[in-house]
Amino acid sequence: MSIIETLRIAFRAIGTNKLRSGLTMLGIIIGVAAVVALMAAGQGATSGITSRVEGMGTNLITVSGGRSFQFMFGGQSETLLYSDYEALLEDLGEEAEIAPYYQGVASVMNGDRSASASVRGVTPCYLDVNAYSLAKGRFISEEDNLGKSRVVVLGSSSAEDLFAGLNPINREIKINGKVYKVVGVLEEKGSNDDQVLIPLQTGYSLVFGAQARYKGQFTLSSIELSAHDAESVDTLIPRIEFILRREHGQKLTDDLPFSVSSQSQMLESLNSIRSTLTTLLGAIAGISLLVGGIGIMNITLVSVRERTREIGLRKAVGATRGVILFQFLVETLTLSLLGGLLGVLVGWGIAWGVSASGLLTATVTPKVVLISVAMATLVGVVFGIYPAYQAASLRPVEALRYE
Amino acid sequence: MIETQEISKTYRLGDIKVRALRKVSLKIQDGEMVAIIGPSGSGKSTLLSILGCLDVPSKGVYLIDGKPVEGLNENQLAAIRREKIGFVFQQFNLLPRTTALENVMLPMYYSGVRPKMRLQNAMEALAAVGLSDRARSHPNQLSGGEQQRVAIARALVNKPTILLADEPTGNLDTQRGDEVMRIFQKLNRENGQTVVYVTHDPFIARHTNRIIQLVDGRIVSDELVADPFDAGTPRPDDLMTTHWGTVENDEEDA
Repeated sequence: MSIIETLRIAFRAIGTNKLRSGLTMLGIIIGVAAVVALMAAGQGATSGITSRVEGMGTNLITVSGGRSFQFMFGGQSETLLYSDYEALLEDLGEEAEIAPYYQGVASVMNGDRSASASVRGVTPCYLDVNAYSLAKGRFISEEDNLGKSRVVVLGSSSAEDLFAGLNPINREIKINGKVYKVVGVLEEKGSNDDQVLIPLQTGYSLVFGAQARYKGQFTLSSIELSAHDAESVDTLIPRIEFILRREHGQKLTDDLPFSVSSQSQMLESLNSIRSTLTTLLGAIAGISLLVGGIGIMNITLVSVRERTREIGLRKAVGATRGVILFQFLVETLTLSLLGGLLGVLVGWGIAWGVSASGLLTATVTPKVVLISVAMATLVGVVFGIYPAYQAASLRPVEALRYE
Repeated sequence: MIETQEISKTYRLGDIKVRALRKVSLKIQDGEMVAIIGPSGSGKSTLLSILGCLDVPSKGVYLIDGKPVEGLNENQLAAIRREKIGFVFQQFNLLPRTTALENVMLPMYYSGVRPKMRLQNAMEALAAVGLSDRARSHPNQLSGGEQQRVAIARALVNKPTILLADEPTGNLDTQRGDEVMRIFQKLNRENGQTVVYVTHDPFIARHTNRIIQLVDGRIVSDELVADPFDAGTPRPDDLMTTHWGTVENDEEDA
């Protein structure tokens, strides 16, 4: 009996009861579709973040207080102060460019158009440290900062929101009700395009108010350092930590209440998040495929019972155990493989839909497709063996008498 | 030629031990047509299952063409069924949603007949039972008699040494039953096909010249009858009952 004939019998058996076969396959379809779509979304999300992080360059060090993971899970946090920036500038100003910023909430309006409500107070080197470039106009200057000028630089999408395609340069917008002149617009970068930048000192005195003060001192959201020499990043980090401890009167043995991290460290933690995510999705996949497999086994057992006489007849005309076993195994395998392939299509569709909606770019990799189809096939074999064995073990005399 | 030497078959139904066959010995030569008759529960179906290698005896020896079946494994038994035996059932046992032609081709899938030959062999077998024009029909489009003839074509298609039939007319009216018996007689008389059939109807049994009677698992008679009926002969008055034994007996058995 050839493979083609066995396949034909399998397809006929599956086609005879289309609704039942479809529902049986649904378990596998949903399982595989979930795996493909989730993996694609996970892949897309992390690769987006990764390329963003990589785009910022390898010599960037970020100091922040209270917002990184280690503070979320216990540990204490101290407020980053403007004086910390001054101390870092004094000790490390020769080796790195240092850009502090404070991010606050404010209303940003042009007539009745409004933009993102988060406003960053920055210093002139913010542009270089973050490797931004200008699309139009100029950036905030040292004079703007010291003179507390009311000037503003817009991110590309903020400019679009506020001016809808008009040239914003030299026009005026209102931040918290006060008039600011737009002096520049940033080139689109794909991330943080919605920012609204004003001179840090202007922010302290006019916008942020008491939010940005702690025990009478100005505070910062973050300090970014761009090392002149990428090689020195690893040695700069302990020195930064030392300065911060000194400034906040902490001993070396205390846990540092700030996070000081380089891009490579961030990449590392991103990768660990990614692998955790993959494991988690794998577990979900495993469970849904398990459920699908049990469905296949259940239906095949019912089918073996229903077709007892048919099996008896096939044996009576000379089918061996092996042939019957193989026939039923091919049936479950066909169901699971078909379900797997349909699942890939559905998952691909979901990934495509998610990408089209612009939420994130979901990428279906060949590896995910291969793994999920292989798993579906494995499920078919594993859960098909028992019913197939039952069918093959039927004794012809009894099977033929079965009502 | 097939031969049984004192075969017995015992099986368990729950706690009860059923002795379906007790030391049955018989010999059937090639080209014979034999009827096995007996009331229900007499062991005639069990005997036929053993002759057809669907079952094995608990004791005794069964020889097909001089070779003992004893000690063969399942696959070897399947091979004998494929090559030497054609089986016809009371219930026809055709695969539903499958054409008559495909039903007839089924045994050839398992016996490894070359695909090219299958169609030709199946059409020849269908012609032998007079159903060439119904090859593409499905079982539910065929009458009971036609279904049984398809089943006979299926049993013949691998050119078996013996054709075994278990109550082949049991589910058919007189006229359809005649058709089936006519085919058996034709196969036996013209082609020399060995035919062994089981029936509980003495009239059907009289369609051949050798009748073996079974009661309680034992052969009580094995006789040659002169002038067997040709198929289509009306049922004579002394064989009006369609069951072996009396009506009361039959009710007890049911």
